[in-house]
Amino acid sequence: MLKVDGLCVAAGELPLVSDVSFTVGSGERVGLIGESGSGKSLTASAVFGLLPDDVTAAGSVRLDGVAEDLVGASENLLSRLRGSRLAMVFQEPMTALNPSMRVVDQVAEARLIHRTAGDRAAAHRDALRLLEQVRLRDVAELGNAYPHQLSGGQRQRVLLAIALANDPDVLICDEPTTALDVTVQAQLLDLIVKGVKERDASLLFITHDLAVVATVCERVLVMYGGRIVESGLVAEVLTSPKHRYTKGLLDASDLESVDERGRLHAIAGAVPAAGQFPSGCVFRNRCPRADDRCRVQPPWFGEPTAGHACWHPVGGDE
Amino acid sequence: MIKVENLSRVYRRSRTSPLRPRAEVHALRDVSFEIEAGRRFGIVGESGSGKSTLVRLIAGLDQPTAGAVTFDGQRVDGRSERRLSFLRRDLQVVFQDPTGSLDPRMRVRDIIAEPLVAQRIPGQAERVAELLAAVGLPADAGRRFPHQFSGGQRQRISLARALAPKPRVLVADEPVSALDVSVRAQILNLLSDLVEQFALTLVFVSHDLSVVRHVCDTVAVLRSGELVEIGDVEQVYREPRHPYTRQLVQAAPTLRGALSGVTAADLISERKRP
Repeated sequence: MLKVDGLCVAAGELPLVSDVSFTVGSGERVGLIGESGSGKSLTASAVFGLLPDDVTAAGSVRLDGVAEDLVGASENLLSRLRGSRLAMVFQEPMTALNPSMRVVDQVAEARLIHRTAGDRAAAHRDALRLLEQVRLRDVAELGNAYPHQLSGGQRQRVLLAIALANDPDVLICDEPTTALDVTVQAQLLDLIVKGVKERDASLLFITHDLAVVATVCERVLVMYGGRIVESGLVAEVLTSPKHRYTKGLLDASDLESVDERGRLHAIAGAVPAAGQFPSGCVFRNRCPRADDRCRVQPPWFGEPTAGHACWHPVGGDE
Repeated sequence: MIKVENLSRVYRRSRTSPLRPRAEVHALRDVSFEIEAGRRFGIVGESGSGKSTLVRLIAGLDQPTAGAVTFDGQRVDGRSERRLSFLRRDLQVVFQDPTGSLDPRMRVRDIIAEPLVAQRIPGQAERVAELLAAVGLPADAGRRFPHQFSGGQRQRISLARALAPKPRVLVADEPVSALDVSVRAQILNLLSDLVEQFALTLVFVSHDLSVVRHVCDTVAVLRSGELVEIGDVEQVYREPRHPYTRQLVQAAPTLRGALSGVTAADLISERKRP
């Protein structure tokens, strides 16, 4: 459904995302995980054609049934696809919603702009139905509210209703629950999974939370330093990781496993700033297993959909 | 060491209409508990639970509407700032956002020394060097400014500042919530080391019960300003008695649970998770 090939994103000379390739099949739920600064949001923005002015993308992004490459496509084409075939739920609903428009009108607008509703009255009815689908409490009243009158969870439900309004083929969610309480997060995750299942839509779900990705997705892509360092089925990558970074991330987030001194397994150092990642393997300055070989960029080992880019994979040449 | 008795705090919202009275928000309702010396006491709650209000009251940064806070037998509430010097020395707070709580125009050494200056404690230069080492920052970090550090390092600076006056109680309000997973583990380890090394009583506030479970021995669960459950953290996590605590435990996705088949729908269903 969605095929990204050799995607590179750069701010002038500074590479931010390098050679990212992946596919999301029809009806498939794929997670994109990584810490802040790993390039996951930029990857999503590049797919969506929403990069900032001074940031450029190269490579290819193809959507089934669209003849043109989305990288470098005209704004005209992109704006026709956005909100209809491609939809996105952003992390910060307050900036994604129009503060001066009632939320029900914002949902109706998505139907009107893409001419999927016959007239204003039909679009309004559709909007109320969509808001009910995302379990917004008391739609008749809250639908007429402005974004600032809603809670974070309610705003995120509205955003999801807008994203699902035209039954998209691909839904991209960029950390949609990060700012929410756990009980609200659970409800929203359930709605997202139900929403894409009902429409047989593909999901690209971006998060830094391993437990969330394992709950929502079937396949996972691990990003670090603007590159995909490992990918595969959730059940495999998150139980027997190959890349040292994936392993480190899993160990660091496991609060139930401590060493003999009762300490968590931390990764040394911090995520470098953009442009400060080492040459060769991007993880080598924090990797316990790094040696001279890692000065050379590791190739991709394994299948395109399941593999890793590490010279010294876990369980490999120890 | 810290005693909270029938504590309530009511805020009045700003007026939204000239005709209607100002709305009242009950941030905290009749909360009582005691924190013994040497405990690692966790406070868990979602947004609006009153956990930040509680921290502010314990730290003497706000006044309760009713009830009392005592620290080592001395009343904290109702005192003027000048008469709170004992608390400022013995209890220090670390906040969630290390960027917002560090003055960008001050050098790190001055930030760390600030509580010493405020409390007229001598030997500042040596103490700053000692603290930088204790929180794992290089000795030359003192000359630099906060923006030259990563989020994790800034939280180390906040910890160093908090420990400067040799407090007996450290209150940490969501200290790792803004950090990346790989850095979170470092800071949690550091926090454990410091609590042990300086024999601190820890009050650890978080929305994340699993983090509290790792750090603390006792936990209090707050919801909408009310204390719904308190007890041994392992017991509360494994056998929550209050329905809200059960919901909280169930709604938080875990890697182990997800890999053994817990779906998003299971997080909100009535059925108990496997």
